[in-house]
Amino acid sequence: MKRNILKLALLSTALTATGAMAQDVTLTIESWRNDDLVLWQEKIIPAFEAENPGIKVKFTPSAPAEYNAVLNSKLDAGSAGDIITCRPFDASLALFEAGHLADLDDMDAMNNFSDVAKSAWQTDDGSATFCVPMASVIHGFIYNKDAFAEVGVEVPNTEAEFFAALDKFKEDGNYIPMAMGTNDQWEAATMGYNNIGPNYWKGEEGRRALIAGEQKLTDEAWTAPYATLAKWSAYLGDGYEAQTYPDSQNLFTLGRAAIYPAGSWEIAGFNAQADFEMGAFKPPVRNAGDTCYISDHTDIGIGMNAATENAEAAKTFLAWVGSPEFASIFGNALPGFFPLSKEPVELSDPLAKEIVGWRGECESTIRSTYQILSRGTPNLENETWGASVAAIKGTATPEELGADLQKGLASWYEPQQ
Amino acid sequence: MQRARIRWHIAVFLAPAVLVYTTVMIFPLFNTLRLALYSKVDQERVYVGLENFRTLFFDPIWSEQFWNALGNNFWFFVVHMLVQNPIGVALAAILSHPRLRFAALYRSAIFIPTILSFVIVGFAWKLILSPIWGIAPSMLDFVGLKSLFAPWLGKEEYALTTLALISVWQFVGIPMMLIYAALLTIPEEILEAGEVDGITGFSAFWKIKLPLILPSIGIISILTFVGNFNAFDLIYAAQGALAGPDYSTDILGTFMYRTFFGFQLQLGDPHMGSAIAGGMFAIILIGVCIYLFGIQTRMRRYQM
Repeated sequence: MKRNILKLALLSTALTATGAMAQDVTLTIESWRNDDLVLWQEKIIPAFEAENPGIKVKFTPSAPAEYNAVLNSKLDAGSAGDIITCRPFDASLALFEAGHLADLDDMDAMNNFSDVAKSAWQTDDGSATFCVPMASVIHGFIYNKDAFAEVGVEVPNTEAEFFAALDKFKEDGNYIPMAMGTNDQWEAATMGYNNIGPNYWKGEEGRRALIAGEQKLTDEAWTAPYATLAKWSAYLGDGYEAQTYPDSQNLFTLGRAAIYPAGSWEIAGFNAQADFEMGAFKPPVRNAGDTCYISDHTDIGIGMNAATENAEAAKTFLAWVGSPEFASIFGNALPGFFPLSKEPVELSDPLAKEIVGWRGECESTIRSTYQILSRGTPNLENETWGASVAAIKGTATPEELGADLQKGLASWYEPQQ
Repeated sequence: MQRARIRWHIAVFLAPAVLVYTTVMIFPLFNTLRLALYSKVDQERVYVGLENFRTLFFDPIWSEQFWNALGNNFWFFVVHMLVQNPIGVALAAILSHPRLRFAALYRSAIFIPTILSFVIVGFAWKLILSPIWGIAPSMLDFVGLKSLFAPWLGKEEYALTTLALISVWQFVGIPMMLIYAALLTIPEEILEAGEVDGITGFSAFWKIKLPLILPSIGIISILTFVGNFNAFDLIYAAQGALAGPDYSTDILGTFMYRTFFGFQLQLGDPHMGSAIAGGMFAIILIGVCIYLFGIQTRMRRYQM
């Protein structure tokens, strides 16, 4: 404290000497979103600086694949920026536990976010929150409106309608009913299992019960999605086993496929590539009238370096990131990355608007494997990739897959033992 | 008696190589082996002895992955030995034929893939074999064999063999060049003497040339062995770190990478990763020793 006072004294003498200009504090942001550099420089930062004179912001992203390693070494060396973009769950939790991220629980802006939104950046017991939620991605299905009109297919709401629609496209033969491959594996789990799954395990209810050890992966709620995935293979393109993620994207945007199991992050790319009209429908419910659940997966947060010298300015900035104004700029500049604030944001992109509208109709949850359950070896998320692929290819039954995953999880996760 | 002078120049001339080699090869190697004896408990690194190796070989989950990777690696090696090296020898024998025209052109064409990056090779072959855009299905269709096409890289039963053959395609130039060089060193007189005794054509190859190039074939075998058990790049470029489908193309290199650096939500575990690296080192060391002491010393050499 004493040293701080001394510093302040020194600083104030320096200030009188150099004039008001030196009051400027510069905040540096660490991020992996180098795709968004222009957006930050041209829209977000000017908007913030206009409102908060005296604080300058610098956005310094690194390559996504290197971010975690670069950030860790910078934090250890004490050369990291004041503001840190947070990966969800364990990567950021590890930083908090190592004392690199500040606890932000006392910030008012935190009240703008729901518990699900904050769950990605909380300690396991929820006692401390260390990053302001920035954006999430929502799963569902994007479809080719022209193809639907041409073949005369209605947008499906229930599972029966969904498979009826796929059958109709198959009979028609002009379109591949659904564009997905199993070569890269993650799509099967992310856009397959975790897309349709929440309707089976009832979103948060099932996810929390699994973490608490009250449900098991061998339960019907967790194996039934595999049984549904097994029915998908008939509707995927020829040779889907070797079809990669970019292959699927291209098949859909070239207009050769009718339905694309999607994450909302595709919107910007699809808008640029596809020259037909697109719509979206949410994961079909099992029976008409069921409550629908969507995977509204928390993806990006933003927190404060605990060792920063500009804590006050950094908090001002984080509070602004938590405000509706930021949400509106960010949400509209990056359609498909949806702001997490409770207050709905008016989006201009029609497809993004349609998808974010599901939040009002359905219960939100996050991907089942991301919180806590993928901490040990074998890694549940990676195992789920393999299991979802096996389900689609039909190389194992849903019960076998459930039993295998449960065995792996129980081998290191105590509540499941 | 005069004391022998200390021959400083030996140390001076050795120093650069020894220093560089020690810092970039020997030290990291032993440090990795040392790392395998530790584990991280509550943010602290603690010494655990051979515990990591016990987990790797006897824990059902770890050992299943390890033996799967080792088995796949062995198959990868077998394909190279059975396909790459015989083809390499055959190509070299044909190229060294004195009456072959455009030999230099063929030689370069076959050797060029060797200098390509793994990423390019992996990506190009993925495109060629793609069931959607690839030229493989349409070429097979052209000769009426479309029914033979399968999405090879996506099927558990074919993926590893397909990748091994891609790797063979890329590297067949190396045994070819080495054997070619060995064949060129065989003096004409020996072949002419054989001809006088009535040994020509194929029998000249089997009875004269092959015994003379056997040491080179031995060297190629051991290079293939070391290269295959250290392989990683092609599988990673073509199938990613999870070595899909369903770990059917997982070899020791990808297994080690995934464990050491982590993947997606799996956090990296340098200690277990080092244990796997230690295992790889031991396997290669044993293989090379078997070759050096068991085969090389018994191989007959001929004065030419």
